[in-house]
Amino acid sequence: MTTITIPEGMPQYGDVPRLDVEKVRADFPILGREVNGHPMVYLDSGNTSQKPRQVIDAMREHYEHHNANVARSVHQVGTEATEAYEGARAKVARFVNAARPEEIVFTKNATEAINLVAYAISNSPAGSRLAFGPGDEIVISEMEHHSNIVPWQLLCERTGATLRWFRVTDAGRLDLESLDEVVNERTRLVSYALVSNVLGTINPTSAITARAREVGALVLLDASQAAPHIPVDVADLDADFLAFTGHKMCGPTGIGVLWGRYELLERMPPVLGGGSMIETVTMERSTFAAPPARFEAGTPPIAEAVGLGAAVDYLTGIGMEAIRWHEKELAAYALDALATVPGLRVFGPTTPVGRGGTISFGLDGIHPHDVGQILDSLGVEVRVGHHCARPLCVRYGVPAMTRASFYLYTTTGEVDALVRGLDQVRKVFG
Amino acid sequence: MEFEQLYQEIILDHYKHPHGRGLREPFAGEAHHVNPTCGDEVTIRVNAEGDVLRDISYDGMGCSISQASASVLHELLRGQQAGHAFEIVDGFVELMGGRGQVTPDEELLGDGIAFAGVARYPARVKCALLPWMAFKDAAVRAGVAGSTESGSEVKA
Repeated sequence: MTTITIPEGMPQYGDVPRLDVEKVRADFPILGREVNGHPMVYLDSGNTSQKPRQVIDAMREHYEHHNANVARSVHQVGTEATEAYEGARAKVARFVNAARPEEIVFTKNATEAINLVAYAISNSPAGSRLAFGPGDEIVISEMEHHSNIVPWQLLCERTGATLRWFRVTDAGRLDLESLDEVVNERTRLVSYALVSNVLGTINPTSAITARAREVGALVLLDASQAAPHIPVDVADLDADFLAFTGHKMCGPTGIGVLWGRYELLERMPPVLGGGSMIETVTMERSTFAAPPARFEAGTPPIAEAVGLGAAVDYLTGIGMEAIRWHEKELAAYALDALATVPGLRVFGPTTPVGRGGTISFGLDGIHPHDVGQILDSLGVEVRVGHHCARPLCVRYGVPAMTRASFYLYTTTGEVDALVRGLDQVRKVFG
Repeated sequence: MEFEQLYQEIILDHYKHPHGRGLREPFAGEAHHVNPTCGDEVTIRVNAEGDVLRDISYDGMGCSISQASASVLHELLRGQQAGHAFEIVDGFVELMGGRGQVTPDEELLGDGIAFAGVARYPARVKCALLPWMAFKDAAVRAGVAGSTESGSEVKA
């Protein structure tokens, strides 16, 4: 064995920021519970993450001391609530390096964020820059979550545009060989996942964005599985829209985020009409507020925004680089450990490069439901099924997969518990 | 172990060694049901002679619970008078809807009683019912009189 010294000036291994996983775990009350008589091994963070005490406390504090409606109250408590809500918007803006807080639209979840863009497009008057029609093309990929497939299918039905997609290679990467053909002068929008919710693949952006710019297409990135796990910088990504959800990043359910370039948001017509999104209302017609209020009709998820703000503070405090590195090490450990299980096939990248800590696999003719059920009896919580990405399952020729997804609080000991559980599964069904 | 309530030996046995599996001719009615949450599929064919269910053939793809359930269904219903077959179907549906509170009638349900434990796992009840709901549809298409309840709960 020879040791290679990393030349000075290159990033050194020791420079990588770290996190203390036991200290992190102490922040998550639920991680102390048992499931079916075993310590809970929660490997379903890609589905929803657990919440640290800091987030739970921030929401309780809001309800106990600052609860009022936002943006319309002149009283003290209303002012506090509005400041908390807008403060959360500013925190989220900083978290993704948005140019200004007004580029952050709070939605119900990432699904609603994507639908908001799709409906704003079809609500745009014919002839305007955002209007789509027959002959126009929308590009997605075969590894998308249903939430980044169905809204575009529906938009195509409403406008006559055509849906196209990147294929996925056997190794679980986007097949970009035909990039210049798939993204062409007819393409109006390219929308794909920054990180796959099934394969864990971290998708490349610069080649796709460069091609989209060349043909004048918009780029939307589904960052639902990225924002919780890796640093996301919208200036660096050079996208037009970014969608993600609060509950997968230590925040509460019921709140998601659409980031959009302000000049685009300004051009988008409203999608939902109601209170808070107007400028002036007469009985005949209305004019609309500037973004983001234009897209936030009705009372928004206020306490949830406060919770998401606390989640962003929490993640920033730990450090997104440290979280990325922690999950990279876990993925490397888990890929090696899973390779020892006879009959196990990993779907997606089998090396911990260009991938996150989400690993889907199949086990030799044993249905994922059965795998998940035996694992649950041992306290190991995984997701089974098609993961809202049925076309991807079809791509790999399986009806369903078993998925283990890690987060900042996951330990190598939990990966060991998964592997032991899989031995038990093979005993029962072997 | 907890899972032993769910995975009775009888269920595992039917899963590993299914009875009467495979689609056969002739048949008078066929139905294909899918559980959209997990992708499990089953196709059931019913061949009736007068009031007697001469053959029930099936094929499918899915978890041990759904596939073992199809095997048990074949065992229990093939060769039965339609009226009795639907009594068995109703008994099985009642058992599965009972959240573990229904005492199964072994006389009526035979190996089907092994599914009593499944009723305690709401996430898996649909797996067990999938072939039974497909059977109901196939029977209607085969013109076999029986219960008029629809299988809509499986598609929910």
